[in-house]
Amino acid sequence: MELFKAARSIPFMGKSKIAIIISIIMVLGSYALIATKGFNFGIDFVGGTIVQVKYEGTAPIDEMRTRLSGNAMFEGSSINEFGSPDEVVIRLKSSSESVTQDIGDAVREKLAGTGQFEIRRVDIVGAKVGSELREKGIMSLTLAMIGILIYVAFRFEWRFAVASVLALVHDISIAMGAIALIGLDVNLDVLAALLTVLGYSINDTIIVFDRIREGITDSKETSLVDIIDESITKTLSRTTLTSLTTLLVVVVLFLFGGEIIHAFAFTLLVGIGVGTYSSIFVASPILQWFGFDVKNYRAKLSQKAARQAEKERLRAQFEQGVV
Amino acid sequence: MKFNYRVVLLIIATVFGLFFSYPSFTQSSEGKKITLGLDLQGGLHMLLGVKTEEAVNSQIKALASGMKHFAEHNDILIEGLSVQEGKVAFELLDSDDAKAVDEHLKTLEGTIVHANEGKYSVSITPEAVEKLKLQAVDQAIETIRNRLDQFGLAEPTVAKQGLDKILVELPGIKTPEEEQRARELISRAAKLELMAVDEDRAMRVNDLSNAEALSFGDVILEDALAPEVKHLVNEIPILDGTMLTDAQVGYDQNNRPVINFSLNAAGAQIFGDFTGKSVGKRLAIVLDGKVYSAPVINERIGGGSGQISGNYSVAEANDLAIALRSGALLAPIYMMEKRSVGPSLGADSIKASMVALIGGFVLVALFMIVYYGAAGVVANIALVVNLALILAVMALFGATLTLPGMAGIVLTVGMAVDANVIITERIRELIRQGYSVRKAIEAGYDNAMRAILDANITTLIAAVVLYVYGTGAIKGFAITISIGILASMLTAILGTHGIYQMLENRMSKSKTPGKYFGIKG
Repeated sequence: MELFKAARSIPFMGKSKIAIIISIIMVLGSYALIATKGFNFGIDFVGGTIVQVKYEGTAPIDEMRTRLSGNAMFEGSSINEFGSPDEVVIRLKSSSESVTQDIGDAVREKLAGTGQFEIRRVDIVGAKVGSELREKGIMSLTLAMIGILIYVAFRFEWRFAVASVLALVHDISIAMGAIALIGLDVNLDVLAALLTVLGYSINDTIIVFDRIREGITDSKETSLVDIIDESITKTLSRTTLTSLTTLLVVVVLFLFGGEIIHAFAFTLLVGIGVGTYSSIFVASPILQWFGFDVKNYRAKLSQKAARQAEKERLRAQFEQGVV
Repeated sequence: MKFNYRVVLLIIATVFGLFFSYPSFTQSSEGKKITLGLDLQGGLHMLLGVKTEEAVNSQIKALASGMKHFAEHNDILIEGLSVQEGKVAFELLDSDDAKAVDEHLKTLEGTIVHANEGKYSVSITPEAVEKLKLQAVDQAIETIRNRLDQFGLAEPTVAKQGLDKILVELPGIKTPEEEQRARELISRAAKLELMAVDEDRAMRVNDLSNAEALSFGDVILEDALAPEVKHLVNEIPILDGTMLTDAQVGYDQNNRPVINFSLNAAGAQIFGDFTGKSVGKRLAIVLDGKVYSAPVINERIGGGSGQISGNYSVAEANDLAIALRSGALLAPIYMMEKRSVGPSLGADSIKASMVALIGGFVLVALFMIVYYGAAGVVANIALVVNLALILAVMALFGATLTLPGMAGIVLTVGMAVDANVIITERIRELIRQGYSVRKAIEAGYDNAMRAILDANITTLIAAVVLYVYGTGAIKGFAITISIGILASMLTAILGTHGIYQMLENRMSKSKTPGKYFGIKG
């Protein structure tokens, strides 16, 4: 089966202006959302308590609310259905330091008599641990980007590196905007998903860049735009197919992976979608705008090759004892 | 046929993968298995902090208590022995004793002594304070480990994290009640103190404020069984649980569980001296700041043993004996983070992620076959071997499979076929350009190699960062993703190449070799 059979290259770069405008609107919109609506940080990053309770039959949410009201310890608590009507999750802003009698035990005692239930999960994160995890999270995203930047600069050229990292910033920003929009609980798993999006999106971009690199070194074409168009066209099949297979599993994960994995799968879904788009429409135009010049690059490459050849010639002479 | 090292490698990888992942599937008792994370098998994960400054405080109290015993034992008269602002203060009444006192103070390590006209103040040096704090953490780890070992749970983990945090993982916990019992055991200070009741003022205990009591060198303690009853005891204990050698559950005359403890030689000596001097007075047995009993001393008690009675159930008495035996916590611990998952939720999570894994795998495999034909089948073989390899490597290294780790495996299914998609697309392109199958395959692998390598290494960079900075379950995700990427290089690149080389002759003979790669021509 074949879905992509373009005999000639598709003029992607001709549409790059529109694409970039869309991207800028999306990114700025995401920032606006993050600034106004903000993230719904979960307990991993701000501390707090989560108690997941499963009832035999429908959970008496109203009664649970009354039971937990009027106590400073449970102030600002929210009780929501979790996946099914018999399962609820109680979110509390406070955490407790006591090891023997913690806030989870307090909830259990308060709920006694509301029906046949089972406490399935109690997560307590102290405020100090929360702020530590937050710092580590920001650190990990930054470090991953720097690592990628250095590697791509080393394997390609600095303009490729900057273009790919800008595309990454684009993907992460929009994914975070979507998280803010939906009001997803931002916990460690969302951070892991964002880092996965980083890894995935750079993967896509590099496949395209690799073709561009090949076009620059191997073909006679001198126009960067033409090289880019041809490279994107040739990798289009691969880009969409891999995204498709990955999206397939992520959709399955989202639908069947269970409630706990929901936020993770959602972030991946958005991130991989945006990542695919960005490796086609965002990364390459940036490369062009940075003034990447094919002739210059080739000249540099041939100089490098010449130096290398000279070195080898000298070495050969040396080894043969000529010098 | 030429020796095909790629196929050989693939076969080795397959055998290796199946052999070492097999025990994890069957959960047989033999062979190394993947450990399930607490989020999948259920259990308790805690990050505990240690209030190290409390260890310093109790060390200062112990200094005071030692001073008191020294003075009494040598008939040296001191007055106003008290603990104030981290210092032990007292006044020496007879200056003739100064030499003996100075000699004694010199033997105490890590202390600073100020003496001015018989007024002494003893404090701990900053270095000794630091050392005490470090010791308190190590001692807490040791104590918690001892207690859990005796508690009888399967495979408890107690480890230091950072400088002053303790990681405790208990996989065997089944119910919230059991969990709470384990938490009580871990956090119990188990600080046993034998204190003298201040008989002169005991009558007035209900009228005294804490500050007034303190001015007499006393403290007011609650009764453990009847909290409304107060006891007035000397602030500085006669001796404490550090001199304990054993604690066992026994039964009193009413067949109620009690705890019998015995003291070491030094403790027995102090105990004997004190009881000998205090016949007719009361001795309070204080555990974690509560008075359990205050019997009247009838005669000198030698031998150094005693009994703690309270309204215990057998289980409680048992836990308390464990706690006393494994020693007191020098410093109290507090909860920084707790994650507790019930076994039923873990089982649900496993079920859900298995559905996602199988569903994802079937969809991707079908898609590959429909789109690429024979090449899709080859890619799927590589995918299966890849999955087996992930499990095998994890089992061999004793890695923990967590819920995010399961998600990582599911994601690997989607991403691992990527290499084959890239390669097959290249081969298709070359065949369309009129290359022979043999050349198309070789050139296709050559060209695709560089891209796959670069793409996988960058993904690996993100995964490694995630491993270094991730905590707990998230690390599991980084592990499965990383192993998945590395394994895919072996199976999807080397392995499939080998299979193609094996089929090359047959494909070359075909008039339409493209059909093997899902295209016409």
